[in-house]
Amino acid sequence: MQPVPTLYYVALSALLFTLGVIGVLTRRNAIIIFMSVELMLNAANLAFVAFAREFAKLDGQIFVFFVMAVAAAEVAVGLALIVTIFRTKNSINVDDINQLKG
Amino acid sequence: MPDRLRRLRPLLPGLLFAALLLAVPAVSWAAPVLQEGEGGGGGTFFALIPLILVFPVVGLFLNLLFGKALGERWSGAIASAAAALAFVIAVLQLVSLRAVDYVAQVVPLADWLDIGTLHVPWAFQIDTLSVTMMLVVTGVGTLIHIYAIGYMHEDVRVNGDPSRFTRFFVYLNLFLAAMLILVTGNSYLTMFVGWEGVGLCSYLLIGFWYEKGAGGVGNARAGRKAFVVNRVGDWAMLLAMFLIFWMFGSLTFTDVFKTLAGIRLDATGQMTVTAITLLLLIGAAGKSAQIPLYIWLPDAMAGPTPVSALIHAATMVTAGVYMITRSNALYALAPFSMSVVAIVGAATAIFAATMAIAQFDIKKVLAYSTISQLGFMIAAVGLGGYVAGMFHLVTHAFFKALLFLSAGSVIHAIEHGHHHSAAAHAVGGGGHDDHDQAAPDAGGHAAAAHAEHSFDPQDMRNMGGLWKTLPITKWVYLIGALALAGIVPLSGFWSKDEILLDAWSHQNWLVFGLLIVAAFFTAFYVGRQLMLVFAGPPRTDAAKHSAESPALMTVPLIVLAVLAAFGGLLNLPSIGGWTPPGAHALTEWLDHTLGALPTGEHAVIGEGGAEAGAEGALNFVVAGLSTVVALVGLGAGAALYRGRPATSTAADPLARTGFVFTVLNRKWYVDELYDLIILRPYNWLAGFIANVIDWRFWHDWVHDTLIGGTYNNLSRFAADFLDRGVVDVAISEMPAALARGVAGGLRRFQTGYVRYYALMVFVGVVLVLGYLLFVAR
Amino acid sequence: MTITPELVIFFLLAAVSIGAALGMLFSRNAIHSALFLVLNFAVVSVFFIMLAAPFIAMVQVTVYAGAIMVLFLFVIMLLGAEMLRRGGSPLRWQTGLALLLAVLFIGALGYVVFLRAGPLAAIAPVGVDYGGPVDIGTKLFQDYLLPFELTSFLLLVAMIGAVVLTRDSRGRGIGNRLSNPGATSATLKELGQVGAPASPPGQPRP
Repeated sequence: MQPVPTLYYVALSALLFTLGVIGVLTRRNAIIIFMSVELMLNAANLAFVAFAREFAKLDGQIFVFFVMAVAAAEVAVGLALIVTIFRTKNSINVDDINQLKG
Repeated sequence: MPDRLRRLRPLLPGLLFAALLLAVPAVSWAAPVLQEGEGGGGGTFFALIPLILVFPVVGLFLNLLFGKALGERWSGAIASAAAALAFVIAVLQLVSLRAVDYVAQVVPLADWLDIGTLHVPWAFQIDTLSVTMMLVVTGVGTLIHIYAIGYMHEDVRVNGDPSRFTRFFVYLNLFLAAMLILVTGNSYLTMFVGWEGVGLCSYLLIGFWYEKGAGGVGNARAGRKAFVVNRVGDWAMLLAMFLIFWMFGSLTFTDVFKTLAGIRLDATGQMTVTAITLLLLIGAAGKSAQIPLYIWLPDAMAGPTPVSALIHAATMVTAGVYMITRSNALYALAPFSMSVVAIVGAATAIFAATMAIAQFDIKKVLAYSTISQLGFMIAAVGLGGYVAGMFHLVTHAFFKALLFLSAGSVIHAIEHGHHHSAAAHAVGGGGHDDHDQAAPDAGGHAAAAHAEHSFDPQDMRNMGGLWKTLPITKWVYLIGALALAGIVPLSGFWSKDEILLDAWSHQNWLVFGLLIVAAFFTAFYVGRQLMLVFAGPPRTDAAKHSAESPALMTVPLIVLAVLAAFGGLLNLPSIGGWTPPGAHALTEWLDHTLGALPTGEHAVIGEGGAEAGAEGALNFVVAGLSTVVALVGLGAGAALYRGRPATSTAADPLARTGFVFTVLNRKWYVDELYDLIILRPYNWLAGFIANVIDWRFWHDWVHDTLIGGTYNNLSRFAADFLDRGVVDVAISEMPAALARGVAGGLRRFQTGYVRYYALMVFVGVVLVLGYLLFVAR
Repeated sequence: MTITPELVIFFLLAAVSIGAALGMLFSRNAIHSALFLVLNFAVVSVFFIMLAAPFIAMVQVTVYAGAIMVLFLFVIMLLGAEMLRRGGSPLRWQTGLALLLAVLFIGALGYVVFLRAGPLAAIAPVGVDYGGPVDIGTKLFQDYLLPFELTSFLLLVAMIGAVVLTRDSRGRGIGNRLSNPGATSATLKELGQVGAPASPPGQPRP
């Protein structure tokens, strides 16, 4: 099987990443934002693995492994934060968390 | 201390004075180191000439610094000793000149000015002319110093300020020093220094009682008048000196007169020399009180009498005559100027004499007499008769000083008598023996004070009958008066006669006529004065109670009387074919200086020159004429004033001439005329310049409005606009505004919205990416 | 470019992935968004397989889609946040600017990918076991041992953090909190204090 050119994977990764960015910047729901962040991380993972495949080095995949681990940790803590904030604010609209404004 | 010694204490100053007097010549004779072996044989004392200045200066400083502590006797003695020692030095110069055959000496002291081409050394000119002046100044000066001790002792008590005694002697010594600088100077500039110095001392001494006089400022005003009028003369002298320097390149006598010898003058040179001589004449007119600058001298009588005697009779006023005599070589080249000089002198002589006959103040009569006699001297030198002029200068110094001092004695006698008579009339008052104004009884003093205020001790109408009360003063006064009138064989006759002879022999009938008439008036007012003062019954109580002056005053008077009587011996002419021993002494003596330069037509006495023969012999016509005139004048005056005016308030016999007497008494209204044509416009101009130009224009407008206002506006502009507006804004406001703006702008980034922050992060990412991709290749 | 079956599959799956992402973005319902994301993850997992990373693909499904997204779903349901309230956003420029920047961004990336990247080397074939657990494990425990250990530590910390963050003043967990909504309002400060927070009056300490 002739593999798909790495470039396409990278392009797809870029596209997914951008969509994730749009999600972070555009949505107001904190959880959706979080999910967009996961999407971004995932896109990066895809790029890692694509390049790992291209250069036939396993290090890219190891990176992805770690990224996933960290992403899991981050999600745990982040969601805990969101829940905590929800307790006080009763809202997950990030626009309502604006007390640190200048 | 034993009683006998204590009684000797007051005499100590006098003893010291005498000791010093004898010591200096003794020491200088004994000490070879002080003698110069110049001119072959015998000692000469030319090196000592600086001492003639040193002594008066030391005297004045001693009195200045220690006068108050030394007391009256000592300070007077120091001053008189200084004068006497100066006289001794002058005598030594005389002796030394004899030793060197009367060759003129120049003794340099120091280099004074050395600017470009102007070299003026400080040097002494010792020749027969200057030694003559030195002797007169110091000799008469010493006598007057001694007299002044006694006179001022009374005067400071009459005027109420005993502490001013030493100041008088400081000024007197200062005057002496200045006058000696004048006569010993080797250049016109040095002479001018002395010229100015005596002017200053005259001012100081006239206004000695500065708080007294008419309206409390009369004396001060008189002093100022003397100073200012002298200034006019000084200005002319300065111009003359400028011209001299311009023409001759030097101001020293030796240089100038050396250049003059054998000079050929073109038209410009002639004009310059004429200008110089005329300017010098104006200077002399200022100092020697000639027309038109004589007006200060009568006012100068406000000063104490010794001042009038020394400065305004014997020495300072003769400076003009001396100067013209010294510049005879210049005058010889300007015949026009010489005739002007002669006319001015003669006119002054007669003009002043007319004023003298109508004055009531004893000193004013003598003042106008002085002006008149100075006119005689000036006329003489204008005619070329320099010896006659100098001769008259010397004799006039003798008898005029005598007259002034005697007048002072008379005045004091009157004051004395007035004080005693007023006190005697006081309610319950006894006599006051001392003149200090300590008042145990106010009532008596009130009466006396009141009487003193309106009583003028110098007014001759308050005198009379003093012949009986003043034994010594009357004789010396008489001698002086007759010498002034020109009665043979007193000194005044010989000198006046020589002047008349000069006019006669030059056939200058105008001058001769004027002088003869002036001589008549002179004799007239002399007679008038003698009658008013001494003759008849005393017109007031003060005259009745007058008393003679102490010995300290009368002894110098006697000495001067002797000099006035026998002064003629200095220059006796040959009478007929007989030449008395010592005849022409002064002529020959002065000839060594005056005849040293060959001159033009109006020659000074040369050996066998035009005048020698004429002046050598007594011209009986002239002598007789002058004697007759004098006797007639004297007699007329005596006759008119015998017994009249009877009382102090009665009219003067001459008042019958009505307005003539008034005009003469009011001095021809010259002072009023000067006030009208000079003082008022000048004061107006001064006021205009001061108030309008200086204050309103310069000060108010230029300074305050223009400069001050501009400056203020500028500073306001700088402060408000620049400093507060620009600088403050730029430095404090703008950065602040900037910071505020930036902060305000940056604050907007702190929205508090997480999404916004995320967006910002993304913006940054995009920018960095763009930079990395497209800019940094 | 030759059309190979892999390429076709790639494009198909790419389209699904992108569609799922878009679906996640534009979904009104949070649950739907989560599910779309799950789909996305699954597709990416297939990509991983195609890229000879089977272990990673399995981890992706297990951890990402299986654990993380389940966690998400739990929280969504816990918070009752399915439906986001509609409201005006205070940041009006945000969306527009974000889209603009995103376009710029993708444009730049596209530029890099397609125009700047040099010719790529041919991709060498790999063995069958490439990317398998053995390979991964070997690499992991030999070259990347330290990061591995650190990661475990990181996970521990995250766990503790999550527990602490969700404690209330009385030290109980979320469950109690939500079953007692009228109870003490927990401020962040209280939550941040471990041990003895200030208790409001009337409330006995545990």
